Amino acid sequence: MNRRDVLRTSGGSVAMALAASAGLLTVKSASAQAWNKTAFEVKSLNEVVRAMGGASATESKDISFVNAPDIAENGAVVPVGATSKIPKTESISILVEKNPNALSASFTIPEGTDPTISTRVKMSQTSNVYALVKADGKYFYAVKEVKVTLGGCGG
Amino acid sequence: MSDPMRIRAQLMGDKVDVRVLMAHEMETGLRKDTDGKIVPPHYIQSVSATCNGKTVLSAQWGPAVSKNPTLAFRFAVASTGAKAGDKVIVMWVDNKGEKRSDEAAITLPT
Repeated sequence: MNRRDVLRTSGGSVAMALAASAGLLTVKSASAQAWNKTAFEVKSLNEVVRAMGGASATESKDISFVNAPDIAENGAVVPVGATSKIPKTESISILVEKNPNALSASFTIPEGTDPTISTRVKMSQTSNVYALVKADGKYFYAVKEVKVTLGGCGG
Repeated sequence: MSDPMRIRAQLMGDKVDVRVLMAHEMETGLRKDTDGKIVPPHYIQSVSATCNGKTVLSAQWGPAVSKNPTLAFRFAVASTGAKAGDKVIVMWVDNKGEKRSDEAAITLPT
């Protein structure tokens, strides 16, 4: 049994119990959309796309990274930004392929807001970083490798 | 209650440039403390920003967002009627149901 399996079985049920006791219901009612639990639990780009209700994503040159370094010295704080030139961009998500769960953050872009966001994420190790864009109901992505010299997951 | 967010909203031509720094542990639930016990997950799950009653950004986050998260984005003046002095309100809710809301007035560039 590897580490991932242990986390999935023991950690998973603990997390569920915690979520239930901590009143996840209030979170749901407070936010416009319910937190997409499935999307944050899966491991790959395709699984995330499916969890968001899409079929598959195609690579696009109209998505570019801003701020994302080629080499990150500290995996705990990796600046990542993405901008989309695809018309009708509805959302931008940041995924780190080799993290315990791929999806880091998902931003919904209302009309009138630039399809450009930037934030900072944790990376456990050198990995491909994806920017996943939903535009006009379809999914597109761009990929960039970020080398990490010091992991960001601690423990 | 956690520390206030630091929000800067600046008018740049026909856009408002917003930068937010939140104070949050963002525990993944994977880390162990010095006794080898797993530190329970505690992270922001949803974020939303509004201006003049209109949502200008909403986000769902997982535990992989860094501790003390930052966020930067821009929205158009045209869609919100935003002008200097109007308030940008940012709100987050974490996985324990804790929430925090802070606001900042839009400033003119210096």
